Amino acid sequence: MSNQNRTIYGGKVNREKPINFVFNGKSYIGYQGDTLASALLANDVHLIGRSFKYHRARGILTAGSEEPNAIVQLGLGARTEPNIRATEVELYEGLEASSQNCWPSVNFDIGAMNNFLSRIFPAGFYYKTFKWPPSMWLFYEHFIRKAAGLGQSPTAKNPDRYEQKFYYTDITIVGGGISGLLAALGAGRSGCKVLLIDENPELGGYLLDYNFSINEKDGKKWLKKIIDELNGLANVVILKRTTAMGYYDYNYLTALEKVTNHHVEFSSTLPRERYWRIRSKKVILAQGAFERPLVFADNDRPGIMMASAGQKYLSRYGVLPGKSVVLFTNNDHAYLTAFEFVEKGAKVTVVDTRDLLNARISEKCKSLNITVFKSYSVIKTYGDKKVNRIEIQQVDKNQNQLTGEVENIHTDCVLMSGGWNPAVQLFSQSRGKLKYDLKINTFVPDKIIENQKIIGSNNGQFNLQENLNESFEAGIAAANELNFNSVEKVNWTGKEEIEFTHSDVEPYMLGKKKVTKGSKHFIDFQNDVTAADIFLAQREGYISVEHTKRYTTTGMGTDQGKTSNVNALALMSHIHNKPVDEIGHTTFRPPYAPQTIGAIAGRSVDKLFDPERKTSMHEWHVENKAVFEDVGQWKRPYYFPQNKEDIHQAVKRECLAVRNSLGILDASTLGKIDLQGPDAAKFLNMIYTNAWSKLEIGSCRYGLMCNEHGMIFDDGVTSRLGENHYHMTTTTGGAARVMSWLEEFLQTEWLDMRVFCTSVTEQWAVLSISGPNSREFLKDLTNIDLSKESFPFMKFREGEVCGVKARVFRISFTGELSYEVNVPARYGRYVWEKFMEHGKKYNITPYGTETMHVLRAEKGFIIVGQDTDGSVTPSDMNMDWIVSKKKEDFLGKRSFTRPDTVRHDRKKFVGLLVNDKKTILPEGSHIVEKALKQPPMKMLGHVTSSYYSPTLGYPIALAMLKDGFSKMGEQVVVPLMNGKIIEATVTDTIFYDKEGKRNNE
Amino acid sequence: MFIINCPYCGERDQTEFTCHGEAHIARPDNPSEISDEEWGKYLFFRENPKGTHFERWTHDHGCRRWFNVMRDTVTDQIIKTYKMGEAKPVISNE
Repeated sequence: MSNQNRTIYGGKVNREKPINFVFNGKSYIGYQGDTLASALLANDVHLIGRSFKYHRARGILTAGSEEPNAIVQLGLGARTEPNIRATEVELYEGLEASSQNCWPSVNFDIGAMNNFLSRIFPAGFYYKTFKWPPSMWLFYEHFIRKAAGLGQSPTAKNPDRYEQKFYYTDITIVGGGISGLLAALGAGRSGCKVLLIDENPELGGYLLDYNFSINEKDGKKWLKKIIDELNGLANVVILKRTTAMGYYDYNYLTALEKVTNHHVEFSSTLPRERYWRIRSKKVILAQGAFERPLVFADNDRPGIMMASAGQKYLSRYGVLPGKSVVLFTNNDHAYLTAFEFVEKGAKVTVVDTRDLLNARISEKCKSLNITVFKSYSVIKTYGDKKVNRIEIQQVDKNQNQLTGEVENIHTDCVLMSGGWNPAVQLFSQSRGKLKYDLKINTFVPDKIIENQKIIGSNNGQFNLQENLNESFEAGIAAANELNFNSVEKVNWTGKEEIEFTHSDVEPYMLGKKKVTKGSKHFIDFQNDVTAADIFLAQREGYISVEHTKRYTTTGMGTDQGKTSNVNALALMSHIHNKPVDEIGHTTFRPPYAPQTIGAIAGRSVDKLFDPERKTSMHEWHVENKAVFEDVGQWKRPYYFPQNKEDIHQAVKRECLAVRNSLGILDASTLGKIDLQGPDAAKFLNMIYTNAWSKLEIGSCRYGLMCNEHGMIFDDGVTSRLGENHYHMTTTTGGAARVMSWLEEFLQTEWLDMRVFCTSVTEQWAVLSISGPNSREFLKDLTNIDLSKESFPFMKFREGEVCGVKARVFRISFTGELSYEVNVPARYGRYVWEKFMEHGKKYNITPYGTETMHVLRAEKGFIIVGQDTDGSVTPSDMNMDWIVSKKKEDFLGKRSFTRPDTVRHDRKKFVGLLVNDKKTILPEGSHIVEKALKQPPMKMLGHVTSSYYSPTLGYPIALAMLKDGFSKMGEQVVVPLMNGKIIEATVTDTIFYDKEGKRNNE
Repeated sequence: MFIINCPYCGERDQTEFTCHGEAHIARPDNPSEISDEEWGKYLFFRENPKGTHFERWTHDHGCRRWFNVMRDTVTDQIIKTYKMGEAKPVISNE
């Protein structure tokens, strides 16, 4: 039989449109408009999953986003999602869901034995048991993780698209219930830009489920009129199925919109979810409240749910969750649900914790044949997979204990209502302060910090009549405060059959004596935290709320304690006999509800994760099979393999080509900064360690930059192009950092210096040709006189290369005769191809960064960031030659005489040659004083660069070694990860052409 | 996430800016003449006030200008932004 719990009429589901879905492998039929939870209840499925710790049978507690129990695994394959609240899932054709945390099935679950072993699983069990020995934790953890946990993460790549949207508005209203709608109307009528966010598929909130009247007419029709007017306002944007997740400084909100989650087919044009980043001049919080559970023994069985949830299933979905119903309440308002259930054919018994009952309610109960047990409490429930019987007993208020006979009631559904908790999560995230309201026994907003209003039940105001006019006026006032015109106030008269009054919620809390052994009074349903656990935490000294929370894990589930927090705090207050205000509350943090990581990432995945920078010759490199390496955001050729060469073979060929004939490197990625102004030379003198005043026009000079701590942070060649004009180069990875560094000093320290810095990295393509044949090669292609006399080393000339206006720098990073040809970026590939064509007779060989590294290491040229690490001075690098003794001041100079930088046992830059002439030391290897079988060993330094040198025929390495300059020729040992111990000899850092003749040719 | 009033561009989102720590720490004019202690103070010592703090910020994804921000570290309210070279605002006792 299908839909056996569906009422004959009523509800807003479309009974003409049946929807097929599968739960735990079994097919069911629901209707359009159902949630997964309502459709399951309609089909008399109450057992939805097993609990986190004790594997207890759990059903559906609520009908909204606060649901702690009915969480399921939704969807299959790459789209499967764990921990989804069945109460929020809109039913769609073909939906597949299954229970979590059970094996082999939800009906027969092996883990349920934890329930019977529960006396050995109290709060803090894992902390106490698996603490010793410390080394065993990883072993324990493996099994604990397996036993606990909720659903399964998908293992395949997420096939869906997620979008982000930045949005700016005057007023954002969170919550589309009656308060939010009226505030939106008040603000919307004034013409200001309003964003209204609601997490449900339908606006109206609470009023969709309860009967009420406005001006003595049917309230539902009035509600529709309000919504229609809002839909017609062009300045009001309404987002449904959208949950506000985070509330940050300066009214910055994030919200997750479910765009196609509920669609049958996944869309190729629409994203699955959209993540909104909202800036709002004003925020109005109107999120409403959550109904609070009551705490009694075995209050977690399927079939026990919140009264408001029962109301919603009945009135919105036409589902009667039980036929023999008990309402357990401490307030008047829940009686509305009792009446509704009777009207739809259920037999209802009320257990009320209070002595006195409003006469009107009493009479109506009598007329509807509802038995009311006054001053009674439910003390225990029975039923394996669904509640079937409860025990009740009278409460002696004076003694705070139970008294009299225990009575039995047979039932198939218990509705409970312990009052309401305003949804203060976002308010708290915005640093709003809370206070405990003794009239309604919960935390309510007290002090607002942001430019914000909080209205309706979210503000602890539950009376319909008062909410109507206050909310509308709050919207008007908000617009007014933003200087929008006032609109006319309206007076509505709203009525519910039972008015909510602040005096009728009883502070009902279980006495200490009533926590009986063998049954569990659940506080936090999702994390299986019982009243006994809270007692235990207090006995063991975890008295602060934050400690109790972490020790018992109450409020730490995926529901973040939306139903449990206030009860836990009230119980603590009861135990310590202190007001709840003095107990305090834990901190609320974003996100408000679970959210997908995909939405946070948005489009910043795969290719769009980080920009890729490519030189103008990039496509040529791709066509010629370059292997690429990432240098910052740049794609640089790493090497150019030919005929199945591996990296070693390719690099060897490339190195020898440069040393013997001609190589070409795409050096366009080097940072390039154009410096102009009358104080440029003065500025360079402060920025670099060496002197710049006497550099002639047309000359180049290598420079080292230090920070104020005296540590090297970048290097490069700077050339003087004109009287007040310099061209600075930086490392590829350091370009942006250097630019910021220059700007920092120009803008904050030396405001009077007239210097302008412009990044020209991307304006120039740089072709670096290197090798003994480079002059011969280039001379046919340029009108620049390349003779040794007129264009010597470290000079710069302008002219034409391949008919393109070019700047040619005679500088060298390989130690060979080299020219760095700079042409406007758009000519990069053209000139490169001309070079390749013309260079055939010299066997011109394109080379990549690896060959560049080997060649410079053979010459002992440093790479900042590889051989240095931000903690070395020029002196440590044996580069005193580039530090001016004459200049009075430059950045870093004063720090060269700090006690720490003059220590003579600092690590120094040296060369290493392995004695076996074979082993290539892994970069990062440690040089130790004495090699032992296992660490710790006393370390003397580490290898910074290490390669096989094709030119020399053996490996070379560069290293930082303690007091290295005085250890020339000495032996050191380097233990490797594989256990081998390598012996090496300390040398200087220049392995090839020590006199530097070749680049001066 | 602040909204910062760049003195050159106007109000912009915090994501466009970078904070560079305490402001109004002038580089000594005569580094070679001062003691290690004085130089160490310039390099390493910073205030960490509960209350009004003066900070240097840059509008990186904007005009790339450096400027100063007067911010309350308790409430995170930005009290004032002002250009480099302008005098340090006086903290009122209200």
